[in-house]
Amino acid sequence: MATSTIKKKTAAKAPKVEEVQSNGAQAQRLEVLKTYKLYIGGQFPRTESGRYYVATNRKGEQLANVCTSSRKDFRDAVIAARGAQKGWAAKAANNRGQILYRIAEMLEGRRSQFVDELMKQDSTKAQAETEVNLSIDKLIYYAGWCDKYQQLFSSVNPVASSHFNFSVPEPTGVIAAIAPQNNSLLGLVSVIAPAITGGNTIIVLASESKPLCAITFAEVINSSDVPGGVVNILTGKPSELATQFAAHMDVNAVVFCENDELIQKDIQEKASLNVKRVLLYNDVDWFSDKGESPYFILDTQEIKTTWHPIENIGSGGGKY
Amino acid sequence: MSKSNKEVPKLKLNQGWNYAPAPESASHVKLKDKYDLFIGGQFVKPTSGKYFDTINPANEEKIAKVAEANTADVDKAVKAARTAYDKVWKKMPPKERGKYIYRIARLIQERAREFAVIESMDGGKPIKEARDVDVPLVANHFFYYAGWADKLQYAFPNRIPQPLGVAGQIIPWNFPLLMAAWKIAPALACGNTVVLKPAETTPLTALKLAELIQESGLPEGVVNIITGFGETGAAIVNHPGIDKIAFTGSTDVGKIIQKAVAGTNKKVTLELGGKAANIIFDDAPIDQAVEGIINGIYFNQGHVCCAGSRLFVQESVYEEVIQKLKDRIETLIVGDPMDKNTDIGAINSRQQLDNINKYLKIGADEGAEMYQSSCNLPGKGFFCKPTIFTNVAQSSRIAQEEIFGPVLTVQTFRTDDEVIEKANNTPFGLSAGVWTDKGSKIFNLTTKMRAGVVWANTYNKFDPTAPFGGYKESGFGREGGLHGLSAYLKV
Repeated sequence: MATSTIKKKTAAKAPKVEEVQSNGAQAQRLEVLKTYKLYIGGQFPRTESGRYYVATNRKGEQLANVCTSSRKDFRDAVIAARGAQKGWAAKAANNRGQILYRIAEMLEGRRSQFVDELMKQDSTKAQAETEVNLSIDKLIYYAGWCDKYQQLFSSVNPVASSHFNFSVPEPTGVIAAIAPQNNSLLGLVSVIAPAITGGNTIIVLASESKPLCAITFAEVINSSDVPGGVVNILTGKPSELATQFAAHMDVNAVVFCENDELIQKDIQEKASLNVKRVLLYNDVDWFSDKGESPYFILDTQEIKTTWHPIENIGSGGGKY
Repeated sequence: MSKSNKEVPKLKLNQGWNYAPAPESASHVKLKDKYDLFIGGQFVKPTSGKYFDTINPANEEKIAKVAEANTADVDKAVKAARTAYDKVWKKMPPKERGKYIYRIARLIQERAREFAVIESMDGGKPIKEARDVDVPLVANHFFYYAGWADKLQYAFPNRIPQPLGVAGQIIPWNFPLLMAAWKIAPALACGNTVVLKPAETTPLTALKLAELIQESGLPEGVVNIITGFGETGAAIVNHPGIDKIAFTGSTDVGKIIQKAVAGTNKKVTLELGGKAANIIFDDAPIDQAVEGIINGIYFNQGHVCCAGSRLFVQESVYEEVIQKLKDRIETLIVGDPMDKNTDIGAINSRQQLDNINKYLKIGADEGAEMYQSSCNLPGKGFFCKPTIFTNVAQSSRIAQEEIFGPVLTVQTFRTDDEVIEKANNTPFGLSAGVWTDKGSKIFNLTTKMRAGVVWANTYNKFDPTAPFGGYKESGFGREGGLHGLSAYLKV
């Protein structure tokens, strides 16, 4: 094939007209813009509400029209997450690890797209590359945990009676999370990865001001053998949805990462409706080493203890 | 009422069934005529200038020539490993170390079929086992330990684990590639570099692994793979530049190694022989137990350190179990390892076949009753019929010594106490099997068995997350799981 060069224009808002030189012939083509939709149950629907908001960069230039998810969209997502949870938890831990690793592989393959999107959303090139690298490595990190956290958090309990007694972690269930709002990709990955590592399914509300990477990340998830419904991504307003996340009766845990004490209190109160676990990650620097650990996995685990009798006859042990 | 008076229906599984040949094709396999030593990331000619043949035990034909490493070659390999350790590997951020190991895991998955075919050709194991057991476990083992590389501090709370340095690793011929994975994966994840020697009869998959490691871009010298005989292994053990010896093989050689490193600072783990008891209680699901007995002793021609080679049957179900066993071994297909229907492939070497035949004679001389399947054996290659000895005494050599072939000894028992006593009456302690419907009895037995792995209502199950290793003269140290990390770390 003859070399073709694409001349880039920097205007973010206007539809781009690009000059394509192919086989020496001049041609004009219009760039096709992406429609940013939601990701629910493995599908990419628009919000049922039909509402949207305009995502802009710091200069106020329009980046995209983004869905403003409604309470109904969230409910749909919970149904999808609940439906997928049993099957996801039942997958072999090793298999979940392979799937998380696959997400990292897909993200690596599309790194330039994410770097572009982050730069559109005001990151410098270096910042964008760091954020993408950390996101990929974080997925690898949690892929490794899929078949290891159990060994850290399980125990065989030396009870006094003649019983084999052991405790193991099991997933809490369906998690509703509001992603860290100050970055587009890393925070999102940081809340999704530990939840699904532990066999939970999740609904995440993307960063309101930097939503582009969330939907593109949904495309990565969608091509990584992650069953539909395991990860569901919404865009919209935390101020509107936080209270819904905390109040929904079929959600088992809610994650909130901002320093807003009013919303925190509202979430904590609503969570009491069905005794949700509330996880407030307001002081976590997702770019630091503290932003990843098996304790994030443990946060959405329940501990189950099993008692099994030991028939205490026979004395042949220990002699040889 | 005694169940033994009941008429036992005869299984006729093999009648009317004739399997057409279903040979796996080797056409996609890339093998060279001659393999050099893998040292410092390159294939280099041996200082000795000597090569030896590796043959296909199923037809006795030569597959390739393989270099024989002498003391000078071992020295070169250890130095390459040391340089790689000091200059690259111990300094590498753990996350990046892990990513290299993930790459190796992925490359193995991509080339799984090629590895399975070569494993079968070089070692004699049935292709269905190489394909469905060995190679998937290999990939999973690398995948599992890759993930530990940046998480070691969580495995050892209140410690900052440090690598040991250069690990010398010597592996056997029964699971050549799997044992290489069990050795290399945790060693690398913990930050060590490696000099590995595969067995002389099965060097090819390790050498193919060397090629794959080259392809993965792993820094030069982090893994060195050298081939040779016992003397090469001894040179590794005795080399002063080695910090750690990991050995899988016979108890006899294990004892020599333990003695050889006495007075040095070398850390050692040994995974040695076994003579596992497989215990069938009368409340066990008998048909499943029979399958478990078959799998326990005839898997991989019985070349398995944890093989269930001593069967203990509760008296009340003895006749039923024995009849079903005899019927079942009639159905086993013995022959070409490359045929996808083959259950029992070739004995790994002429030497091992002679050793097994020696024990068959000992068993008969000791007064045990021998039963063999009526199958025909191929005219060429090394093969042995699946064999059962009944009327075996606890003191009999065939019940005390590891045969490492498709030979099962059968003893009976009446009480739990009696079988625990008999099962533990061995210098070995690698594994055991228990078959009963009663959970509380299982836990009684698993508590009392002096063995590193106890399978309940299953047998010969392996997983990268599950520690494996022996009590007593079956060795020390564990491979697999979190516990497998301590073999390669200062904590």
